[in-house]
Amino acid sequence: MSSADTSFFGRLSWESFPLAGLIQTPNANEIVANAAAGVVIVGILVVVGALTWFRLWGPLWRDWLTSADHKKIGIMYIVFAIVMLARGVLEGVVMRAQQAAGPGDGFLEAEHFAELFSTHGTIMIFFVAVPFVFGLANFLVPLMIGARDVAFPVMNQISLGLTVSAGMMLMVSLLVGEFSTGGWTAYPPYTGAAFNPGVGPDYWIWAIVVSGIGTTLTGINFAVTIYKLRAPGMKFMRLPMYCWTIICSSILIVFAMPPLGVAALMLAADRYLDFHFFTNDLGGNMMNYANLFWLFGHPEVYLLVLPAYGIYSEVFATFSAKRLYGYNSLVIATMSIAVLSFTVWLHHFFTMGQSALINAVFGIATMLIAIPTGVKVYDWMATLFRGRIRFSVPMLYGLAFLMLFVIGGLSGVILANPTVDYQVHNTLFLVAHFHNVLLPGVLFGLLAGYNYWFPKAFGFRLNEIWGRITVVLWTVGFMLTFLPLYFVGLMGMPRRSFSWEDPSFHPYMIVAVLGSLVILSALLAVVVQLWVSIRDREKTRVPVGDPWDARTLEWSIPAPPPPYNFAIIPHVTDRDDFAAAKERGTAYPAPDAYEDITLPRNTRIGFILCVLSGVWMFALVWWIWWLAALVTILMLLSFVAWTFKTDIEEVIPAAQVQEEHEAWLDLVHASAPINRDFEISSENRGRAGPDLEVAT
Amino acid sequence: MDRRSEMHRRERRRYVIGYGGSLLLTIAVFSIAYVFGIETKGVYLAIGLLGLAQLIVQLVYFLHIDRRRSSREDLDLVLFSTLVLLIIIVGTVWIMGNLAVRMHTIPM
Amino acid sequence: MKRAPTHSYPGLNLGRRHPGADKASEVVTFGFWVFLMSDLVYFGLMFAIYITMIDAQAGGPGPHELFDLKSIFAQTLILLTSSLTVGLAMLALKYNLPRSRIVLWFGVTLVLGLSFLVLEIRDFVAMADKGGIPQRSGFLSAFYGLVPLHGLHVAAGCLWLIVLGIQLRLMGLTDLLMSRVVRLALFWHFLDLIWIGIITIVYFGGLTYG
Ligand code: HEM
Ligand SMILES: [Cu+2]
Repeated sequence: MSSADTSFFGRLSWESFPLAGLIQTPNANEIVANAAAGVVIVGILVVVGALTWFRLWGPLWRDWLTSADHKKIGIMYIVFAIVMLARGVLEGVVMRAQQAAGPGDGFLEAEHFAELFSTHGTIMIFFVAVPFVFGLANFLVPLMIGARDVAFPVMNQISLGLTVSAGMMLMVSLLVGEFSTGGWTAYPPYTGAAFNPGVGPDYWIWAIVVSGIGTTLTGINFAVTIYKLRAPGMKFMRLPMYCWTIICSSILIVFAMPPLGVAALMLAADRYLDFHFFTNDLGGNMMNYANLFWLFGHPEVYLLVLPAYGIYSEVFATFSAKRLYGYNSLVIATMSIAVLSFTVWLHHFFTMGQSALINAVFGIATMLIAIPTGVKVYDWMATLFRGRIRFSVPMLYGLAFLMLFVIGGLSGVILANPTVDYQVHNTLFLVAHFHNVLLPGVLFGLLAGYNYWFPKAFGFRLNEIWGRITVVLWTVGFMLTFLPLYFVGLMGMPRRSFSWEDPSFHPYMIVAVLGSLVILSALLAVVVQLWVSIRDREKTRVPVGDPWDARTLEWSIPAPPPPYNFAIIPHVTDRDDFAAAKERGTAYPAPDAYEDITLPRNTRIGFILCVLSGVWMFALVWWIWWLAALVTILMLLSFVAWTFKTDIEEVIPAAQVQEEHEAWLDLVHASAPINRDFEISSENRGRAGPDLEVAT
Repeated sequence: MDRRSEMHRRERRRYVIGYGGSLLLTIAVFSIAYVFGIETKGVYLAIGLLGLAQLIVQLVYFLHIDRRRSSREDLDLVLFSTLVLLIIIVGTVWIMGNLAVRMHTIPM
Repeated sequence: MKRAPTHSYPGLNLGRRHPGADKASEVVTFGFWVFLMSDLVYFGLMFAIYITMIDAQAGGPGPHELFDLKSIFAQTLILLTSSLTVGLAMLALKYNLPRSRIVLWFGVTLVLGLSFLVLEIRDFVAMADKGGIPQRSGFLSAFYGLVPLHGLHVAAGCLWLIVLGIQLRLMGLTDLLMSRVVRLALFWHFLDLIWIGIITIVYFGGLTYG
């Protein structure tokens, strides 16, 4: 069948549904596939049912889906990321189980295993890490720089819509057809039409293209927000470290997403239009793809980890009750890492065959990144040194990070040596390395941030005991699952293999699967923690807004913050302005006068584009050309129609702001300041009292 | 009002200068190609340099990028982008060129 | 840090009409610059791909058989002129020139943009007649990945021009629209810059090295 002659439903047919496979050949493989599809369907039904039962459709629509408030958009990003995380972790566990079921072929078919590592990798990177990172950034950046919203609130909503609809394609691929088997990197010619004529690679392509557009818009948005919307007096060298990492990360997005878009669209041109960018014949060259993909891929990992560094920087400073040590060196290190990350992409394909000179150049460039990273690690340790340390949940994640991340980083330096890489390329050693930086680095950072800022977002703290349980489970689970992979990797076990024979691998596989079960319980513990915290929320409310005696502007406002964030825009005079104000005794000032505040009005455009882009991707994947054309026109029209709207802002009258703000100020003064020893008790209402002499 | 029309004239003149300059450079490029043919590297070098010159003319006169304070943020942005772009393009051409030589798809 | 004064961008002087509009417009325009730089990377990569694929002609037709420099010369002049007229259109708006002038420059720009596209498509058709279709070779794939991408941008620019024309007609010259016109002009100039890259690298480069 060629893409030109297709029917009304394109290439969609009864055979496209996994149930057909189960009926034809009932076996373990099909059962797992159908169970996955079943979970998706049940999940959707439960959500729809709950929304209907509790009559939440209206509030969902008014307060969330159409909101252009950066805080709500941030929270929606994070919810989405956590749902996708659940799927990604489950897939990881199934893969570990498959390999533990060896030696031999295990219970899954090769194709199915390949689909699992492809969706797992794609989901974890594009639909867990990226949305989680930028969900937090959405919530935090305007609060930290003293702004009322991001630079482009509506574009922000559209970014969310595109990211979510692209993520939904991965869910749809469970129900209709199948996903790519080409890994998260989707290298041609394997993913080209000649070897893979099915829909799998097409799902990958369009999910990547659409989420890539969403991410690019986010990057532009945050670069401009931090560059242009800082409160008066918030000079660059007074920015919280977290904002520095976000601006670097945004710049990485702006310049690194295009290579991915180009690569994916060129692959699409090969598959749909019979171009010859990466084919084996007529002058195509797949090596161009590897080059393009990693031009994106390497900056991508830094774009994920830099914000995590930023989170740790805030967490270490707050929970040591000290100024961040070596602020200037951290800023410089962050920027060096950002720039250097554009110069090392070749280390992902040392073995492709270019000359030793080129390999050496890129190998050395890669090793150089260890220098600024080392600077950071020392700065963090120096921040802890002689601090007033509290071992609260974010801090524990931070400590786990410090110890484990160094191992991951060092294994990276090992891999940066091309001669070593030739030995361990494509083995589980690499899988151990990147999970070692992605879990303790990125994921722990995000979880630390989630625990740290949760009270700011929702007005009550997360349960501390369950939080500590999650830390222990994640840490132990991580070590059990991934450290053994270094060893089997060195013993030669290749990655992405559904089957293996060498019996000496067996013990490691067993340990790893047990570890993955511990990780699964860590995920469950996260859910339990949330549940328990919501149940006990009356005891942990912190309406005043500063439960941790923290240092930056976002803590100087109520928790949860009002829609306009700041009743009056603060004038910043210090780095760690809020900490300085508390020290001087000038925190919580009562303003002389209030002003009307304009905020972006609710709009439907993000939601509309979310739905339309979803249909568009589906139509393209299944070659339903008329639908694709129709939806293209609809998307254009709805966007153009939106540009005709003029009343895009609404005004909150000064009187209302005054009333709300004064009520909160009264509450501040009525609340007893509490000492750090009572931080996790129910006395903590969010007003921090003077503690030990503040060490500096 | 007079000041405004004065400003208008000045701004319009910038565009006209930019246009004239670009036009001259374009005509120069095509006449070089016409007169000398486009086979030798020397000719191509000349064409490339003239193209670069035109880029700069348009950046200055159409896009108003210069070292004045007011447009320095844009200048910074353009320079940084150029840096990244150079890394990407030069790196790509270096790597792929080297691979092509080693794969014997182009002679060396 | 440094705050850009009022005349930060060509054509921007909204200060007298509405305080705050300038600042808002400055933010949006800067954002648009960032977007353009991201787009620039797209083009830069396509250029790099083209360079690596000049030799991948796989026995199919190459630059010498396919490229028609006369037509390219005409397209270059047209696009360059439209870059001037879009600037003049913006100035006409900024200095409140009579409506006829505004309509004139907008109209001329649109006509030039469309004629550029017509010539470009004619070129592609002529190339296809000689067997120069993207399915023929890696080289041609790279060519068709790059040059029509620029054409698509020009088409988007034309569409934008039309929509803006309608909006100006319906809503009058508001700060919001003025700042959109500024961005459209930026976009248009940017496309002219890319075109210089295309003639230099794709056409002359192709003829020299292909
Ligand atoms: C939470 C528990 C996790 C488990 C149990 C797990 C397990 C696995 C397994 C078994 C593989 C396949 C290895 C192979 O190729 O043989 C894999 C691949 C991968 N994982 Fe994870 N993983 C987890 C978390 C993560 C996270 C948090 C990320 C990223 C943020 C991530 C990113 C990836 C990527 C990018 C791949 C490569 C996919 C490919 O080969 O194309 N994983 N993981
Ligand atoms: Cu890398």
